[in-house]
Amino acid sequence: MQGQHEPNARRMRPARVRRRGALPGFGLSLGWTLGWLGLVVLIPMAALVLRAASLGPVEILRLALQPRAFAAISLSFSSALLAAGIAGLIGLIVAWVLVRYRFFGRALFDALVDLPFALPTAVAGIALTALYGPNEWLGKPLAELGIQVAFTRIGILIALVFVGLPFVVRTVQPVLEDLDPELEEAAAVLGAGQWTIFVRVILPALAPALLTGCALAFARALGEYGSVVFISGNRQGKTEIVPLLIVTKLEQYDYAGATALAVIMLVLAFALLFGINVVQRWSRRSAR
Amino acid sequence: MSGTGRARARRPSGLGDWLVVGGAIALLVLVLVLPLVVVVHGAASKGLGAFATALQQPETIAAAKLTLLTAAIVVPLNVGFGLAAAWLLARYDFRGRSLLVTLVDLPFSVSPVIAGLVFVLLFGAQGWLGPSLAAHDIRIIFAVPGIVLATTFVTLPMVAREVLAVMEAQGAHEEEAALTLGAGLWTILWRITLPKVRWGVLYGIVLCNARAMGEFGAVTVVSGNVRGETSTLPLHIDILYNEYEFVAAFSVATLLAMLALVTIAAKRALQWLARPTKAVRS
Repeated sequence: MQGQHEPNARRMRPARVRRRGALPGFGLSLGWTLGWLGLVVLIPMAALVLRAASLGPVEILRLALQPRAFAAISLSFSSALLAAGIAGLIGLIVAWVLVRYRFFGRALFDALVDLPFALPTAVAGIALTALYGPNEWLGKPLAELGIQVAFTRIGILIALVFVGLPFVVRTVQPVLEDLDPELEEAAAVLGAGQWTIFVRVILPALAPALLTGCALAFARALGEYGSVVFISGNRQGKTEIVPLLIVTKLEQYDYAGATALAVIMLVLAFALLFGINVVQRWSRRSAR
Repeated sequence: MSGTGRARARRPSGLGDWLVVGGAIALLVLVLVLPLVVVVHGAASKGLGAFATALQQPETIAAAKLTLLTAAIVVPLNVGFGLAAAWLLARYDFRGRSLLVTLVDLPFSVSPVIAGLVFVLLFGAQGWLGPSLAAHDIRIIFAVPGIVLATTFVTLPMVAREVLAVMEAQGAHEEEAALTLGAGLWTILWRITLPKVRWGVLYGIVLCNARAMGEFGAVTVVSGNVRGETSTLPLHIDILYNEYEFVAAFSVATLLAMLALVTIAAKRALQWLARPTKAVRS
């Protein structure tokens, strides 16, 4: 039990005052927060929910299962999943090198990892297209190898890996930094090789953070619009992602179709958010 | 910086180390640096004169003004909300607190396109409030208010998140001491809390500003893309690009890429400035 005689245990707990009424301003900050949240987020989201409710679940599913919509949903879902996996692999390598090695320019590269967070998606979109287009710097040599990147699913993947990468690096990095070196030393003393140490000692410790990072990258990739639309070519049924199809439907004043797609995407995103929470709780428990 | 792993960082030695480090650097150059280089190259391909001309087109200047106006409205609103929400969530325990944390974070897990869509469903011609808005000749969708609203939606958690993290880390002992000495809410906020969380607030402002100036998906949906009227800089890039005015498109893109680099640099600087206060925690 944590009693008053354990100053260390007390200090370990977050120094947070969680008492109603201890400090003034509860009513004001509650009113401000709820009012603004309601005005900007909740009422508009309610408009979507109401519109979806007036359509009904059967109609939503019917609209989502139409060939064009279904192709977009499966493309968005599979691309986001694959991109999250690739971002996970690259992100793990990058985080590893940034934490474990000191080399010239490390601080610069570390800072640059945030670039996809800060760079407007439209800029990323035209930059990637200018890089991977059929006659461009990387696109031309790849095309000569028979790989067309721009206006194909590969192009979509590259854009999604770009936006997802920092989520993985920034989730894995702090866990890697706090990893107790004694574990690895103990394993080495017991005769484990570098690869065994990595797979049996380090990777299990990183797994929850890596999974969280991948899930965040997936969620971002699923809804991504700006960096994809330029490089994807937007061919109906082939490289048309859901966010683009929503925009197209809105331009045609097909509110019902756009709403159905949005609801499907939101349900998928929330299921995922819930999954992230479960993983985080599990990792917190296993960290103890 | 108490991470025990820090002590284990070393210079690469041997072939294996150099392969791993070299591979990571190559990946970072490929994924992050090359896109930046290609943007600047595209802008400068016809010389600096073309770059300057592209940025002086009336439509570009109009788009830049709208972008600045949007950020000037959205960022202060976001700071106000962020401080109120962080104060509420860090200082009080109440039923529904964790639900409220989730709701504050909600805009981050919603696709920007859907963020735009909800405002179209609310204020659009066939939206819930569309007919009554039209009757009073109020334009929100395909006009500036829609752009501001959609941007406010997508940036909502930015200041709140950063300030909440700082407030939770710092605790409320100084505030409580001030309270017992007879200070009122405004005195506590102005003299104690704001100075304590100032780097967190600035950090949030930097991130919020970058997103507000760079938002594309949500703004595309609500803007209607009227050239020179309702296009922000990211939308203007889209218009120029689709009209094959590549030099102009990349020139505007270079401008926004500079903003991104300044944002990253400012973020680093603020993290460094905030470091002493964080170290006290351990």
